[in-house]
Amino acid sequence: MNELLTWLNDQLLRMQWLSDLVTWVLADGLGLDMTSRVAGSVHFFIYDVIKIFILLSVLIFSISYVQSYFPPERTRRILGQRQGLGANTMAALLGTLTPFCSCSSIPLFIGFTSAGLPLAVTFSFLISSPLVDLASVILLASIFNWTIALSYVAVGLVLAVLGGTLIGYLKLENQVETFVFQSPVSNQDNDGQISRGERLTYARDQVWDIVHRVWLYVLIGVGIGAAIHNWIPESFIAATLGQDRWWSVFVATLAGIPMYADIFGTLPIAEALVLKGVGIGTALAFMMSVTALSLPSMIMLKRVVKLPLLVIFAGIVTVGIVVIGYVFNSVSHLLI
Amino acid sequence: MQIKILGTGCKKCVALADNAKAAAQTAGIDFEIEKVTDIVTIAGYGVMSTPGLVLNDKVVSAGRVLSVQEIAPLMAQAES
Repeated sequence: MNELLTWLNDQLLRMQWLSDLVTWVLADGLGLDMTSRVAGSVHFFIYDVIKIFILLSVLIFSISYVQSYFPPERTRRILGQRQGLGANTMAALLGTLTPFCSCSSIPLFIGFTSAGLPLAVTFSFLISSPLVDLASVILLASIFNWTIALSYVAVGLVLAVLGGTLIGYLKLENQVETFVFQSPVSNQDNDGQISRGERLTYARDQVWDIVHRVWLYVLIGVGIGAAIHNWIPESFIAATLGQDRWWSVFVATLAGIPMYADIFGTLPIAEALVLKGVGIGTALAFMMSVTALSLPSMIMLKRVVKLPLLVIFAGIVTVGIVVIGYVFNSVSHLLI
Repeated sequence: MQIKILGTGCKKCVALADNAKAAAQTAGIDFEIEKVTDIVTIAGYGVMSTPGLVLNDKVVSAGRVLSVQEIAPLMAQAES
């Protein structure tokens, strides 16, 4: 039974067959020496690109199907019925189901706030939404393993619940631009009650939209990953981001902030870093900071909240990511 | 009639705009169509999922591409 599971995991998620196939094509078909650096980079690039696009398409399709049951209007109603920590937890969980793009966070922020949802709940949702989504969990399982994937979800959700709760505790409603509260609440009764055919169409369109939007980031991410994999000396990586360097998590987090990519483009970079001996916590911190703290989404958020709230939000998330990075590094021997 | 299409420029917004134009032309209604692409302005209409359709400054749909047949009665209602 266990062997079967391992086999399924290796072939379906890690796509060992694809890796073997690419090796075969490069070595036997093109006559490349697979121990050479160039061949190693080419292999990493081709294998990772195909793997990510296959997983991405299958995952977005399935997740969008589920997501079609939870349009924002319904999410807002579900959250409005709960209070306290329960509402924060629910917000963090529903955040994992929502669209992958940080550009959708502004309408959700305004829509939630104008309808009277507490800032605590809205921020739990806003933190969880880009950070944890089901597609990234399965990709993490594919690239690393299930323990790491599930731990990532767990800490992501905890960060969302705690971060939101803390923001609620600080009573920052006066730091939200006033027009947000005055925005009308649309009475469109969008209950997620559509036919199966419409759900399938929706899921198909989402795959198209998202692949269209992220393909370049994926190629760039895999390209950087391939470069790290074979061209940047291990000693250099070890000296800057190695496990024994106390600042490694800080550097990884700060390096990730100005970058804008979604998690699909970041994963191959994290993968290559871990293969080079970077701590798993450091790699996760980098991934979280790229996805949760991107400059473009901060600039968008700035239009609806005042600077102090934005700084507090970014600060809480940064501290959370750094703590998570250190915790993961210190327990990493249990995870791999 | 004033028609506004709320959306950040996805292909669904284009489809919705086309359907709205077709519906107005079929019904013989004079119209002006405007695409609202600024995300904060869109959210200002209370719309959380795009594309949204606004007829005479009233939101009539969000998150879906309505067909020409679905838009026609909404236009009749908005005109009356």
